[in-house]
Amino acid sequence: MSTNAGPAPKDAERRRNKTSAQRVFVRTVSNRLGDATMAISSGLATALVLAILAVILFDIARSGSSHLSIAFLTQAPREGMTAGGIFPAIVGMVEMVFLMTLAGVPVGVATAIYLHEYAPAQSRLTRLIRIAVANLAGVPSIVFGLFGLGFFVQFLGAGIDKMFFGGQKVYGQPALLWAALTMAVLTLPVVIVATEEALRAVPRELREASLALGATKLQTVIHVVVPQASAGILTGMILAVSRGAGEVAPILFTGAAYFLPHLPKGLSSQFMTPSYHVYVLATQSPDVDATKPILYTTVLVLVALTFVLNIAAVVVRARVRRQNSFGH
Amino acid sequence: MDRETALAMPGERRKHTTSRFATTRPPRLELAPAPRWHRLIEWALRLLAASAVLAIALILIFIAKEAAPLLYSGAIRHEVTLAKMWFSQLWPGYDEAASIWQPVSEIPKFGLWPLIVGTVKVTIVSMAVAVPLGVGSALYVSQYARPRTREIVKPLIELLAGIPSVVLGFFALIVMASWFQNVLGLESRLNAIVSGVALSFAVIPVIFTLSEEAFRAVPRSYVEASTALGAARWQTVLRVLLPAASPGIAAGVALGLGRAIGETMIVLMASGNAAIVSGNFADSVRTISATIAAELSEVVFGEAHYTVLFFLGTLLFLATFFINTVGDWTIRRMKAKLGGAS
Repeated sequence: MSTNAGPAPKDAERRRNKTSAQRVFVRTVSNRLGDATMAISSGLATALVLAILAVILFDIARSGSSHLSIAFLTQAPREGMTAGGIFPAIVGMVEMVFLMTLAGVPVGVATAIYLHEYAPAQSRLTRLIRIAVANLAGVPSIVFGLFGLGFFVQFLGAGIDKMFFGGQKVYGQPALLWAALTMAVLTLPVVIVATEEALRAVPRELREASLALGATKLQTVIHVVVPQASAGILTGMILAVSRGAGEVAPILFTGAAYFLPHLPKGLSSQFMTPSYHVYVLATQSPDVDATKPILYTTVLVLVALTFVLNIAAVVVRARVRRQNSFGH
Repeated sequence: MDRETALAMPGERRKHTTSRFATTRPPRLELAPAPRWHRLIEWALRLLAASAVLAIALILIFIAKEAAPLLYSGAIRHEVTLAKMWFSQLWPGYDEAASIWQPVSEIPKFGLWPLIVGTVKVTIVSMAVAVPLGVGSALYVSQYARPRTREIVKPLIELLAGIPSVVLGFFALIVMASWFQNVLGLESRLNAIVSGVALSFAVIPVIFTLSEEAFRAVPRSYVEASTALGAARWQTVLRVLLPAASPGIAAGVALGLGRAIGETMIVLMASGNAAIVSGNFADSVRTISATIAAELSEVVFGEAHYTVLFFLGTLLFLATFFINTVGDWTIRRMKAKLGGAS
């Protein structure tokens, strides 16, 4: 270490003479520092995201629960929506979601079955469908609203009116039916993706056994594959319902109403729904402070509903995944 | 299909059964052909599957159709043309040419730039928050968290994705706006910062889910090789894991970007909806999506304003379609690449 040579060679020698233990030590210190920084910063990011979720939920639960009661769920709004409940909105949502499921889920399930069981993996049609599904999932919800207005209301609805009602406006205006169909198109990718995942989880051996017993392809699909995948299909349905219950932009112009004195009378009438109700109460209310308790409670109901649905979906999906890992 | 025909014992194989060692001919395996209507159902399935393609096509056609009069209708072109929308105009009463969005004033002005600037500003804020948080938490959950922690944290972040956007908008409008105004001392309650941060809550789960998947898809052998070469964990993360997962992360960022640009309810409720061109993030902004949502219910069917709003919708559709296609393509390529490597 101590030589009387010039400064440059001295430095080089010192570096060379450093014992390997010393070198390891230096590296470990900086590595510890690096590792700690990495772990702590990424851990902080996670904690922050979870904190955001917690703060939102806490605020809604705290301010919303004081007003929550059976009466709130079973009464109509009163006194310019500053009192009463959200019963018509809940009825409207259930009807809309029911119609949406009826229209959307069969198409989504059929698409997934075709994609996974029948379609040749590399054919042009298959690739086209996959690209379409991926892009459909990314179309902004407000664009679905425009589509619903342009296609369902102005084109189909007006066409039906011209043919069956002599030009009288029945279906050529925002209606429950059109909102539900718009939402069905919007939730189509949700159903397709979940169903396909469920189909993928059905072990190959089951299909082969069925075919070896002499069943045709269609019999195999109907009696073996789909029953095995039913839990996953249910997941897709639940997720679609949860999405449909929460979206507002697609139904802004296709059927949702500020306030209706009566429940929806048929497919062609407008409807109220909790998600739109939240928007109306939060932005269009003349007296924000008077509506605030109702607003918070509506939000709580909406969030609780979507959470219950989402948790149900997570549980069902976890079961499917476990099943899958046993199968292989 | 292939399996069925193989089982049905093709004709050529019968030669074997008549070889000189065979004493009795084995029973012929023959499956009854599937009934006709099975083919019919297969075709029905194929048709239904094509409905996704049909939906995308119809969306584009019917939005573009309502916007098309901008190009040919004389009555509408009298009020607004593409050039008037894209380029600054010298409006009466103004000193210099400007791009202004005032669709319901006496002289309707349909300048697009205030809306585009607003959309870009909100998107920048939301991505600046969502990318570090989304990728960071994905890194933590996939690399540092214990399996049990991961099983709790992952569904929780996915739960964040389940919060309806109108609820996030409500939260931004009622709660966050006041906090931000007090803490940052902002002039206007609703602005690009509040709406961008609220918007990021919707974007974080998108980026998180895809990034986490990308981190976990990196083959174990990469990490093992790097460790065997003496790299510390943070070096492995920065120089091996991150580059290997980058296409997936990029895809997540792209899909998140598509979501940020198109998201409506949050910005409609929390951005203040003032169509001004400014570089200040504390100013109120009006985005393209919020403009459509706020104004479409008040326009007369077929008039210039209605047409312009559908034109905005077409822009939004094309922008997100492009971003999503790029993102989707990246995911596919990553899967193919990693599938080959492991």
